[in-house]
Parts: sequence; structure tokens; C-alpha cells
Amino acid sequence: MAAVKETVEQVKDIDVDKYKYGFTTDIEMVKAPKGLNEDIVRFISEKKEEPAWMLEWRLDAFERWKTMAEPEWANLTYKKPDFQDLYYYAAPKSTEGPKSLDEVDPELLETYAKLGIPLKEQAVLAGVEGARVAIDAVFDSVSVVTTFKDELAKAGVIFCSISEAMREHPELIQKYLGTVVPKSDNFYATLNSAVFSDGSFVYIPPGVRCPMELSTYFRINEENTGQFERTLIIADKGSYVSYLEGCTAPMRDENQLHAAVVELIALDDAEIKYSTVQNWYPGDKDGKGGVFNFVTKRGDCRGKNSKISWTQVETGSAITWKYPSCILRGDNSQGEFYSIAISNGMQQVDSGTKMVHLGKNTSSRIISKGISAGKSSNTYRGLVSAHRKASQARNFTQCDSLLIGDLCSAHTVPYIEAKNSSATFEHEATTSKISDDQMFYAQARGLNEEEAVALIVNGFAREVIQQLPMEFMAETQKLIGISLEGSVG
Amino acid sequence: MLEIKNLHVEVEGQPILNGIDLTVPKGEVHAIMGPNGSGKSTLSYVIAGKDDYDITKGDILWNGESILEMDPAERVAAGVFLAFQYPIEIPGVATMTFLRTAINSVRKARDEEELSIPDMMKLIQSQAKQLAVKPEMLKRGLNVGFSGGEKKRMEILQMALLNPGMCILDETDSGLDIDALRIVSEGVNALRGPDRSMLVITHYQRLLNYIVPDKVHVMSDGKIVKTGGKELALELEESGYAEYDEDAA
Repeated sequence: MAAVKETVEQVKDIDVDKYKYGFTTDIEMVKAPKGLNEDIVRFISEKKEEPAWMLEWRLDAFERWKTMAEPEWANLTYKKPDFQDLYYYAAPKSTEGPKSLDEVDPELLETYAKLGIPLKEQAVLAGVEGARVAIDAVFDSVSVVTTFKDELAKAGVIFCSISEAMREHPELIQKYLGTVVPKSDNFYATLNSAVFSDGSFVYIPPGVRCPMELSTYFRINEENTGQFERTLIIADKGSYVSYLEGCTAPMRDENQLHAAVVELIALDDAEIKYSTVQNWYPGDKDGKGGVFNFVTKRGDCRGKNSKISWTQVETGSAITWKYPSCILRGDNSQGEFYSIAISNGMQQVDSGTKMVHLGKNTSSRIISKGISAGKSSNTYRGLVSAHRKASQARNFTQCDSLLIGDLCSAHTVPYIEAKNSSATFEHEATTSKISDDQMFYAQARGLNEEEAVALIVNGFAREVIQQLPMEFMAETQKLIGISLEGSVG
Repeated sequence: MLEIKNLHVEVEGQPILNGIDLTVPKGEVHAIMGPNGSGKSTLSYVIAGKDDYDITKGDILWNGESILEMDPAERVAAGVFLAFQYPIEIPGVATMTFLRTAINSVRKARDEEELSIPDMMKLIQSQAKQLAVKPEMLKRGLNVGFSGGEKKRMEILQMALLNPGMCILDETDSGLDIDALRIVSEGVNALRGPDRSMLVITHYQRLLNYIVPDKVHVMSDGKIVKTGGKELALELEESGYAEYDEDAA
């Protein structure tokens, strides 16, 4: 528990007023020139010393991407990024070869400390059984430090950067990469396939329960750097893993593009729990700046009795376009999606999930809590479908929206497709406002306006917060308060 | 000491309070009685600092200083506490969490050290026991699914925990059966002391059998129309409010 406590303490220590993660770290960067063409794709692949098959894969994706157009169906309004005006590769110089934490640029570690990331101190010094979090810290595009590798190795767990996995475990990459999110899946996923810089790779061998929560902190740092993370997690038969992803970004005047791809694969009787706390810069009060977040996250319950559970807390980004989904392929497989999406200021969120029931006796559960404040727009978009062979498919969906103030909006767009008459789909939705009576009552007990809002919203989102691993709970409750600062009065 | 001076209050242009003058000295318990619609609850909300009321004239002083410019949180930190007639439900917020947040917010505002979690738990649990608030209740969402009696006990528990100098009890007896009334009254009486004033607002004399006031004020049509000792409550029980309604009219 000590490590958890320290994490919480550190998070508390972060001076979190409005968006206080708006600092940048002055570390030398190695960059590819601006713009995107075949040479850039080759440059990235070469820089990462990738095998030829990987380069071919990227080039194929790039060819396909050139023929694709950006999707426009989402309830989002923004100026499309100029893809030729972005950098596609940036790596901190100091990362060429740190073998241990001591070799890592201290300034980098300081950045993490400011963010309250339990990297060196907690992980190494605390050394507490049971409460360990291994971190594959991603600084811009290259994985810098990986901790706890040895202990994980003992359990047979592979947790490394995806570039390393390409070199060390090519057979796993070749077998699984792009099998959940094909390289031509959608505009952003295809772009990612062509230029992805780095990300995490996890493989849990059959029958292994991963001995600790695995965690990656993302952070966009270099100006104008498109972020193209790629994560691949495979839970082999009868295994279990819980993975945490958390992000903050420094304050920037220009929009930053982020188009990640996450693929999860659960084989027979395996379970993957994937939790995200996303707190990228949302832009200023006029909507200037802010991260564009176009993410493709998909889990494949490939084996029978497998289970994939997504939990997300989305508080940041100017634009969020994100639908962590489950393909329920294996018989008796289960998918879950728990989401808190908070929008304030000028933020726009279009997020939700897809539960695609293919196997027999599959079940899914969706709990979505949308909170809109300021002048923001918050859309839940979800698809629940049952294939004609998916007999006895079951889904329960609950979408609750909470409005703060009268300039924001909440939208719910559920798509339901049942091609099988034995499917049971339930959908419940509510929309409510924080009442003046609740606010007055809390204030009459000594809470100021912001504390009152944070408390009421945390109560509203409690069902989802409870799904988060301990490490994230306290941080999340704080984040919810921070995200809604200035939303009342 | 609470002093209300010539207080005039309107809601959307409609006068509700028409010149209230009232002083509750330190350590005294005063009761305000009156018919429905006489402005009793409005008075309690205005003292606690609820929005939606226009104070067109007059002042409210707590220990000699006007509290009108203070927001509700500042007022409770200064020591003015309102126990609600209809406590509000906050779903998903565990009662214990709410109590802890409230206590530390108030302590912080009073420049007192925040309590550690173990100290906090001890404090809350011992006070809860006195009010027959079961530990199980503290785990539930605040006021969610509480019975009328449970809600009122929770109000008194919060009152005890926030240690106010001025307690305003708005119709604390409404919706209580006789046993619940006794428990709540005992809780309130336990808080009486030379440093604490109370303003007990009620429609019925019954409550005042348990919480015996030093003074009784009769309110009608937004004004205090009569003030007397505790026997005035008994008179009212006999004669009803008709007399005062006519006076006011």
C-alpha cells in the first residue's frame, strides 16, 4: 500500500489549478523533417531498426491512407489538421541507450516527478509486495525506461516497447499486430499504421496472472509532434492482466494531433482490464490550442470465456474521437465499457463503444457517464450488435448525462442491431442537471462551489470510478474536480 | 449573538419578510412559531445564505458582523448552521465521504488543522452513536433512501460535527414519529451550552416539550408579531394561529 499512498501524496502535491500540467521539458530532441511521404515512413522504420517486413507493412498502410478521407460523421467541429505541417518522428536525444534509471536525463525524471508519476522513487525504493506498478514510460515517441522487467520476466510476462518487441519477439508481432485493428481500418488507424513511433507491448503467457498492474504514462512534449502510439496486448489462454494508461500534456498554442491505436487480444479464458485516464490539454477558454485525440481502441475476445473490460476517464483534449470496443468472438465471452467523459470550456467529445456480439451466449455491459459544462458538447455514440449466429447475446447499456450550466450540450446516439431473435438488449438513458438545491446544501455544510461540484459529479460517476484500479481512483477524483473548475458561478 | 435588524426580503418582487427584528443572545434557545406561509423557512434560508432572495432592507449580524456578503460556506465556517427541513439527496456520495469533506472544509476555513482519517472516523462514529445513526447508514449515498427520521438525525449529526455557535433548526420535527422526535431532541439538547445559540423553527408546540426554549416568537405575514416565554407556545397550542393571521391582515 505504501506505493499507492505515495502516488496519492504526489498527486496531491501537484499544484493543480486549471491546467497546471502546462509545462514543457527542455530536452534535446531528434526530429524528422515536417510532412509525410514515403521517405518519412522509411526514416521512422530505419531509425527504429525495424525488420524489412515491418517497413513493408508501414508502406502498405501509407499507400492505403493516401486514398482515404477523414471521417466526418462525428458530432465534432474543428479545423482539419494539415498533415504535411506535422512532424512524424521526435525522440529525446538522451534516450539512445539508457540501461538503467540512473542513465536517464534527470530533467526527464523531474518532469515525471512534477506529474506525480511513481517511477524511480515508488517503484524501486518502495519495493512493496502487492502494490507494484511497472511503468513503460513513454516520452514523446520513444519508450525511455522500463521498470520491473526482471520480475515480470520471472512470471514470463513480456512488457516492453513495441519497437523492442519487433526485434525480440517478431513472431508475436507478426502473428498479432493489425489483427484487431487492420491497417486499413479507418483514416486515423491507417495513418498510425504507417507512422507509429512507439508504444507498449504486453504478452501474458498461458495461465499466468500478471503479478502487478502494468502502467504507461503518455506525455506529448515536442511542439507540433503528431503522436502515433501503438499498443498491443495479448493475454494468452487462462491469463489475466490489468493495464493502466494515463496522460497529461503541456500547454501549447497549436493543436496537437494524437492518433493512437490499441489492440487487445484475449484468448480462451483470458481476461484483460484496460484503464485510461486521459487529461490532455483541452485548449484555453476560447477553445484555442488543445489536443486532437483520434484514437482507435479495440479488444478482441478471441477465445471462449474470455473477457475484456475498458474503463476510461476522459477529461482532456479539445477534440475526442474515441470508441474503445469489444469484438465478442469467443462463445461465452464478455465485454465491458465503463466511461466517464467530462467536457468543459469549448471541448468537444464524441465517444462511446461498440459491442459486436459474434459468439454464442456473449454478454456486454456499457455504463457511460457524460458530464458537460461550459460551452462544451458531449456525445455518447454506441453500437451494440448481434450477429445472426450470436444466440443468447445479452447487453445492458446505461447512459447518463449530467449538465452543468445552460450553455453546454449532451447527446446520446445509440445504435442497436440485433440480427438474432434470441438477443436481449437493454438501454437506459437519463439526462439531469446539478440542482441548485444540491449545491446550496453542500455549500451550507462548508464546501465551496468547486468542492460541491466535484463532490456531486464524483457521486454521479461513482459506478465507473469504482471500476478503476486503486492507483487511479484518488487521482481521478481529483481530476474530476480540476476539470470542472470554473464551471459554476 | 445573532441579530436580525429590520429585515425585508422579496422573491421575484413578492415581499416575503416585512421587517423582522430578532435577537438571539449567546447561549439562548429561541423558537419561532407561525402558520404555514408566514415566512419561517424563508428566514432560515436567508440566514444560511441561499440565493434567489432579494434582501431589500435590513441586516443580519453574527457576533456583531454582517453576514450578508458571505457565501453559505463562509457562514457555516463562521458558525451559522442550518438544519434543513427537507435534507437534499446526493446520490453516489457516501455519507461518510460527505461528512469528512464538510468537516475538513470547515476546519480549513477556520484555520484549524485538518483531521487525519483515523481521528475523523473516531469523531464521526462516536457522534453517530449518540444519534443512533448506524454505521451502515454512513456508507449509503447521502440522504438517499433515508427515512424521514434518518434524514433528520443526519442533520443533527452534521450540526454536531461542524460545531456551530448558532444552530437554526427548520421544522426539524416535521415527519418524525414520537420515538424519532425524542432521539432528535435529545441530540439537540446535548448540543445546548452557554456558547451556543439556537433558533428552533416549528409549526407545532410538540417539539418545544422536548427542546424547551428561553423565548418564543410568533411570526405572521413576514413579521414577528408576538414574543413571550415558553408558555406562549402552549397558548398557541390552545388558540391556534387565527388571531395572528387576522392581526397581520
